[in-house]
Order: sequence, then C-alpha cells, then structure tokens
Amino acid sequence: MSIISVNDLVVSFGSGSDFKQVVKNVAFDVEPGETFGLVGESGCGKSTVLGALAGRIKGWSGSISIDGEAVGPKRSRSQLAKQQMVFQDPFGSLHPRHTIGRTLLEPLEIHGFDQRQERVERVLRDVGLPPGFRHRFPHQLSGGQRQRVAIARALILNPGILLLDEPTSALDVSIQAEILNLLKDLRERDKLTYVLVSHDMAVIAHLCNRVAVMLDGQFVEVASREQLLRGSVQHPYTRTLLDGSRGYVPPPKLAS
Amino acid sequence: MPEQSKPILSVKNMSVQFPTLSGVVTAVNNVSFDVGREKVGIIGESGSGKSTTGRAIMRLQPATAHVIADEMRFEDVDLLTASESEMRAIRGRRISMILQDPKYSLNPVMTVGEQIAETVILHERLGRRAARERTLAMLERVNIRDPQRVFNLYPHEVSGGMGQRIMISMMLISSPSLIIADEPTSALDVTVRQQVLSILDDLIRERNIGLIFISHDLNLVKSFCDRVIIMYAGRIVETIEASKLDQATHPYTCGLLEALPSLDRPRDRLETLKRQASWAEA
Repeated sequence: MSIISVNDLVVSFGSGSDFKQVVKNVAFDVEPGETFGLVGESGCGKSTVLGALAGRIKGWSGSISIDGEAVGPKRSRSQLAKQQMVFQDPFGSLHPRHTIGRTLLEPLEIHGFDQRQERVERVLRDVGLPPGFRHRFPHQLSGGQRQRVAIARALILNPGILLLDEPTSALDVSIQAEILNLLKDLRERDKLTYVLVSHDMAVIAHLCNRVAVMLDGQFVEVASREQLLRGSVQHPYTRTLLDGSRGYVPPPKLAS
Repeated sequence: MPEQSKPILSVKNMSVQFPTLSGVVTAVNNVSFDVGREKVGIIGESGSGKSTTGRAIMRLQPATAHVIADEMRFEDVDLLTASESEMRAIRGRRISMILQDPKYSLNPVMTVGEQIAETVILHERLGRRAARERTLAMLERVNIRDPQRVFNLYPHEVSGGMGQRIMISMMLISSPSLIIADEPTSALDVTVRQQVLSILDDLIRERNIGLIFISHDLNLVKSFCDRVIIMYAGRIVETIEASKLDQATHPYTCGLLEALPSLDRPRDRLETLKRQASWAEA
C-alpha cells in the first residue's frame, strides 16, 4: 500500500483578479521506502506540492492520504508528526538565537515526547554531529553542519516521511556529497520515505526512484531513475532539464 | 598571430589580505595567471578567493584590503599603479563585470535603458540620442524582442533572465576587451541559463575578447570555458584545459569531480572530500 497517495490536488492562492492556480490536478503515489522527486524551474509549483503534503499550505482541494489515512487541510498533531520538512537554506531555517539543543527540544515539547535529552543526543549522533553541539548557536556552525541540524530536527519526531525542499542547493559540491550520503544512509537504516524537490537532475537521479517533472503546475512526465540515466525520457522539457544539468549546450547553429 | 597570443591580462604573484582583529586573513595567496582572447573559468568553493580575485583585478576590493602583486597588467595599463581616475576610465569601458543577481546590481530607480546608455554617455561622450540608439541596438543584440518597450522598464519589471541579458548589454555596449563574470547564471533557471550563456558566448567570439568566468559549477565551466583555474583556500591548485578537466591530476580537483553526482557516471555513494592541509600550502 502506498504511504503517500495524492489525487486531483489543486492549490490556489489569492482571490478575484489575483487568483492563481499554482498546482493543477496533480496525482501521484509514493511507496514505502521510495524516494519520489519533484523537479522543475522556479514557480512551477514543486515546493507548493511539498507544502500541501507537509500541512503548511491549507488552501488545497483534492485528496491526500498519508500512511493510509486521509488528511484534510487541518491536521491533528500526530498527523503532522508523520512527515517532517527540511528546507533549502540552513542559514534561514534555524533560529539564530536558539542553541541547537533548544531547537531540537522544541518539537519534542510540542508533541509531548519523553526522554528528551536522550533523543537529542541520539539524533545528533545519527546525523554525524558530536553531542557537544547542542550547546552551540547556528552561527558557530558551517553550512553543512547546519543542514545536518535541520535534518536532525526533522528526524527527532521519528517520522516515516521526510519532505526535502532543495536540501543541498545552498551547499558546496563537497558538502552536498556528505549530505546526500547521509540522506541515503538514513533512508536505508530507518526505512524512510522521501519526497525530494530539486532543480538539479543529477541530484534527483542520484537519490530518487521516480521523478515527476513539473511545468506550470502540472506533471508533464513521471520518469524512473533508469529512464533518466538512459536518457529515454518522453517529454522534450524533461530532456531540456537533463541537458541543463550537464552544463552548457551550444545551440545548434543554423546553416548559412 | 602574435597579436592574438599576447595576453590581455597578466597577473603575477597577487595576494589579497584583509586585516582583522584576530590577525591578517589572506583571502588570495600568490596567484599568477594570464588571460588572452579566451574564456577562462575560475572554479572554487565558497571562500576559496575566486570572487576576491575578480574584484581585485577591477580594484573593487574594500578599502581595508591590501592587494600585493609583482605585476598586474591589463593591456597597456599597470593596474598596481593606476590612479583612481585612470581606473574609473577603465572600469565599465575596457574591463566590465557581470554579477550574479541582476536584481541587486541594477539601479532600481532608473529605467534599464537609461542605465545602459549611461555607460556610453560617460565613457564615449555620446549625445543622448546616439546613446539611445546604441542602447536599442545592443538590447536587440541580446535577443530582446521589443527594445523600445524594454528601454523604458524599471529593473523590477523585468524577469531574471531578461535582467541578466540587460546586464550583458550594459557591460558590452562600450566594447571592453575583458569581461569578468562572477556567477552570472547561478540565479537563473536552466532554460534561461542556456540562452544567456549562448548570447555571452556569441558576443565574446564575435568581438574576440577575453572572459573570466567565476563559478562553482564544474559541469558548466567544463562545457562553457576554454581553460579552467581551480582555486582552493586562496591558491591556484591547478590550471587545465576545460575539455581535459576529467583528467585533472590535483587531488582537490579529482575530489570535487568525484563528489559531484553525475547522470553519466551514476554511483551508489559519492566520495567525500578529504581535505589536506598541504593543498593550502604552496
């Protein structure tokens, strides 16, 4: 049974002349343990889909069910704990005046978990940070370490699903490799399901089993990892994105 | 072609130092390189000194910074001894710079047309009408379909891709012989990026000028540039032909290539970089 099932998802913002449909009739299923990618350019609605899954965006219609349970725009606390988000910018997503320990304790307090100190220590170890880091502030950490904290904060509620919104695009290549490896390890160990938003096809192909290519709020194609690697994709837009991640492709010169 | 092979820019043993409360920070450490009529990429991670290098050539470093070099020569100008007014005549006219985000580098309270025209009005003493015509021609050259309309727009009214094409037209309107582009396409989407790069590529070829292309994107530099300089901790660790980047020998360059997820060479795990102190030494 699918752990995430989305049908006829429509998200719109504004009203009257400002009304805009950002996600148009999107449907997909994600199997347990699978990593499902969402790829597209800015404004295509990929992060909005993720926001609707996370319960951050309320103005949607259609149906979303998570772990076999249909959820509405308003969710209970236990429903919210089932999926957790990791954001793009590790500089903006951690409270600058809270220590790492306090940042990690907050979700535990909200959701009424016990053994809080032990959980903080364990999750820091899981993401490869020494326990002493709980006393530090975000500005005392590098970008990669901060992103590890953001992952730790998402993991501390033991969610089955991580929603990753461009988790490595603010990081240097070498740091990106560390975070991608960490995400792979955690996925294997804890049997996690990921939904990954990215604009980088190489990152998508590295981590995902399947990817939905979004253009203007709609899926133009859902391709498997093998299709991406073989280059046997159907839609020309998918091909453009694939070429783009390989670097600069000079346009074909017109014979003159 | 002796004229062709003579470098436009020649930098020898340049260092850029920033005095701080906790001692002197050397952001760029003894770098030497030449740029001819070619596209030279500078690759490095954040903090490697690649942007500082670009700014030091333009003498745009902060007032507190010290630039030391044995030689910094741009065509017939000694950049080390040139006065501020001589530099003002060079910046924008003979060396120009394209920055990452057009949202921040364009003046928000001037129409884009006025901003582009300003360059030739100041540097070439062109009249308003002639400057306007040059601007419209230049906007057309960077594939802007309706130059008349775009001329009167303000920066917030244009998209990112168009903003960057406007930057390019502003930088190329006065026929510079060297362009420094600092992450010119990092803020752009893939499809727009291809378009902007192909315009830049055409103009560089057509005018036979030099380009310094500062970027963190290995694939992009490999496919766009002729030669690549790889920087680590303020030093140049390797210079290599772009097409031979895959055969790089320095462990840092190899490490970067191994750390990059690739569609052509999928791997289950990515190698992480094991940094060595010796890379930061000469």
